[in-house]
Amino acid sequence: MTILLSAAIVLVMSQEYLARRNLLRFEYPVLVTLAVVGMMVMVSANDLMVLYMGIELQSLAMYVVASLRRDSEKSTEAGLKYFVLGALSSGLMLYGASLVYGFAGTTQFEGIFLATAIDVPLGLIFGLVFLMVGFAFKVSAAPFHMWTPDVYEGAPTPVTAFMATAPKMAAIALFARVVFDGFGGIVGDWQQIIAFLSVVSVFWGGIAAIGQTNIKRLMAYSSIAHMGFALMGLASGTAFGVQAMLIYMAIYVTMNIGTFAFILSMERDGRPVTDINSLHMYSRYAPMRALAMLVLLFSLAGVPPMVGFFGKLYVLRAAYEGGLTWLAILGVIASVIGAFYYLRIVYYMYFGEEREALDTGTSPLLWGVLMASAAVMVFGVINLFGIEPLAAAAAATLVN
Amino acid sequence: MGNLLSLTTFIPLLGAGILALFLRGDDAAAQRNAKWVALATTVFTFAVSLFILAGFKTDAAGFQFVEDRQWLLGMRYKMGVDGISLLFVMLTTFLMPLVIAACWDVTHRVKEYMIAFLVLETLMIGVFVALDLVLFYLFFEAGLIPMFLIIGIWGGKNRIYASFKFFLYTFLGSVLMLVAMVAMFAQAGTTDIPTLMAYNFSAESFPILGVQILGGVQTLLWFAFFASFAVKMPMWPVHTWLPDAHVQAPTAGSVVLAAILLKMGGYGFLRFSLPMFPVASEIWAPLVLWLSAIAIVYTSLVALVQKDIKKLIAYSSVAHMGFVTAGIFALNQQGLDGAVFQMISHGFISGALFLGVGVIYDRMHTREIDAYGGLVNRMPAYAAVFLLFTMANVGLPGTSGFVGEFLTLMGMFQANTWVAAVATTGVIFSAAYALFLYRRVVMGDLIKESLKSITDMTAREKWIFAPLVVMTILLGVYPSLVTDITGPSVARLVDQVEVAVAAHGSENAIASATAATPAQH
Repeated sequence: MTILLSAAIVLVMSQEYLARRNLLRFEYPVLVTLAVVGMMVMVSANDLMVLYMGIELQSLAMYVVASLRRDSEKSTEAGLKYFVLGALSSGLMLYGASLVYGFAGTTQFEGIFLATAIDVPLGLIFGLVFLMVGFAFKVSAAPFHMWTPDVYEGAPTPVTAFMATAPKMAAIALFARVVFDGFGGIVGDWQQIIAFLSVVSVFWGGIAAIGQTNIKRLMAYSSIAHMGFALMGLASGTAFGVQAMLIYMAIYVTMNIGTFAFILSMERDGRPVTDINSLHMYSRYAPMRALAMLVLLFSLAGVPPMVGFFGKLYVLRAAYEGGLTWLAILGVIASVIGAFYYLRIVYYMYFGEEREALDTGTSPLLWGVLMASAAVMVFGVINLFGIEPLAAAAAATLVN
Repeated sequence: MGNLLSLTTFIPLLGAGILALFLRGDDAAAQRNAKWVALATTVFTFAVSLFILAGFKTDAAGFQFVEDRQWLLGMRYKMGVDGISLLFVMLTTFLMPLVIAACWDVTHRVKEYMIAFLVLETLMIGVFVALDLVLFYLFFEAGLIPMFLIIGIWGGKNRIYASFKFFLYTFLGSVLMLVAMVAMFAQAGTTDIPTLMAYNFSAESFPILGVQILGGVQTLLWFAFFASFAVKMPMWPVHTWLPDAHVQAPTAGSVVLAAILLKMGGYGFLRFSLPMFPVASEIWAPLVLWLSAIAIVYTSLVALVQKDIKKLIAYSSVAHMGFVTAGIFALNQQGLDGAVFQMISHGFISGALFLGVGVIYDRMHTREIDAYGGLVNRMPAYAAVFLLFTMANVGLPGTSGFVGEFLTLMGMFQANTWVAAVATTGVIFSAAYALFLYRRVVMGDLIKESLKSITDMTAREKWIFAPLVVMTILLGVYPSLVTDITGPSVARLVDQVEVAVAAHGSENAIASATAATPAQH
């Protein structure tokens, strides 16, 4: 549901942007729709083969849209890089799936679950590890995140916005489904791996982003760190953990849509700019948009009362209850490091010096999305718009 | 009037909303309107808060005016005041109109400035009235955002560095508290503060990595909270963000920071550390006492050599906060009463001192001590006011500063004589730096050419100082105004700590007795 909604919003947002750059080809909506179909297959898959089909359908469509701007070197590079690394991870995943099939005798999740109930063959664990590497690649968790910054930077911004939201949600939902439905009997075995992925992601996402000046690359690292937090919920291995993770992802997607609406509106003389330097004193000539972005940035940093804080609160609680106190402590320390680069954008927008201004006129649509997303971040504090029971129900069906 | 506290808390936010939505333009008229709206809002908030004061029953120790609503995940929207928090709420609502009046001469982005202060007021009141852990954390942390902007946008030359340092320092302190809160939530199953105060967290020692942790879970939680409050307070050695933040912040920002934001740390100790982790507080009290003693002496000495007036006052704030922490962790009635009193009185005095610096800074645009001298010749009213607050800062009997210092020292003396002795030398140093400052800025002949045309305080400035003067002297000669309100709450707190510590002691005795019995057989 979140996937569909975010895909729709992104599609509408990208319309105008692409039209102005002569990129509005009929393939684009088709490919995005195909990717969405792939994601729906992914999240509802109950069998490793179906799951693989879904992933490939989604990925292939994404490879193409990443290189949508055919005449741009960066965009082509992004597409190629994404494809080569994606193919590698698909290969690993397929290998893992075949190992699992070999040792469990089935590709159905129920079958695997039963196979692990009695005795766990080492090969099955190997298979699981390979599968998890593949998933980690898809959710861009460190240390399998290398493609993310380059692809985010190279791909046209609307595509990046899409990549940062819907596929992430799908991939992490899939991750949860596989580890709980298929391997729910051996929580201890995958828990350590996910905890490791989580802690590396939050730290690397935070530290590497400090040096970035391109806002798209910065958002790439920020998404790595956020994935780390979402995985923290998963790592706890409890129903509450999954609930926390789903809430976290829903909040993350909302924040990112708003942020990318802002990035899409960053233009100077009709040309897009992505350098955060260009935001000098943005608040001077566009106070409302700067304020909305301020809210989103503090929300991304997890400062209360923005909703982003509640996402963190949920996953921290999940991690603590899953017995991973050390993970929770490391996580919050990493979030302080992360806060630094969000503050840096605030610094440019509010404390900078007067420089050449960006264009102020933007489409009312982007403005609306940005404002809506910022409003959600502020008013969500009242009751998170009721997503809590929904996520709880989803988590309960997954973990039984 | 069931929701008086919510009303008090959110009126400033409402005012900020009105400013943000309905005020357009940045011309002189719009700026004047923004200031008047902000002033009216803060005065109105103060008026509403007077109803709380009037309706408060001073003989009861529990929470009053409690509001309780369902929120997320078993957390609740719960507010209430007891004798301790009530005073801080009053302090906040009392000072905010003065703060707004003090920034009357600001011309740079006035509307945003007023909005930032109004939002900040909501968050500060929220901190003191919140009765739910997460709600408290929400207000506590969110206060960083407007303060970060106030320092960063309206600050001095080095404001970027100061604002980042301020934000990251305090953020790091409080995220550890967040983890501790999550742990408490998971263990006790509630975030309700009164329930948690009655909850007994385990104080069994257990080893981590081979090191025996005295006081067990309580110690770990206590340290996590300590990290946050000690930074906020600020205690030596994590005080270094404060001088930077104070020097770079605009006058009104410094006043809020010194008078109210610093008190959140002390309030946190009183509300969380002591009642929730009494055993750990007892175990680690000597550590805090000595850190406070070091803070008092060390920062007083540092203050002696400052060249910047604001920095000097900032260091003196750290020293005074040392008295507060020492008073709190003396763990007896005098110490705690004194700590609360000291915080309230320091709110008035430090606020007034920073306002005093602001008065001459507005005229000369420098904070160098050397740039001044002989102000008494042209600014007699200013000299008188500044003298009063300098003396109050030193702790002259008859001013509120004396009562606070005397009570905390008395508490300290009962807890640890040596700490009290060291801290008392700090009092002497504080007299030294304060008088030194006063002599160099105000006394002497007026020889500097640039000062020859300086004018005395305007009527507006006099009106700002008048309430502060009244309060300082009133509290100095009639301290019962404060102690009557805090008395029952503080007494209950002391009881609670003593009972818990005694219970823990007897438990240990039983445990060791049972451990010893089999050995005899």
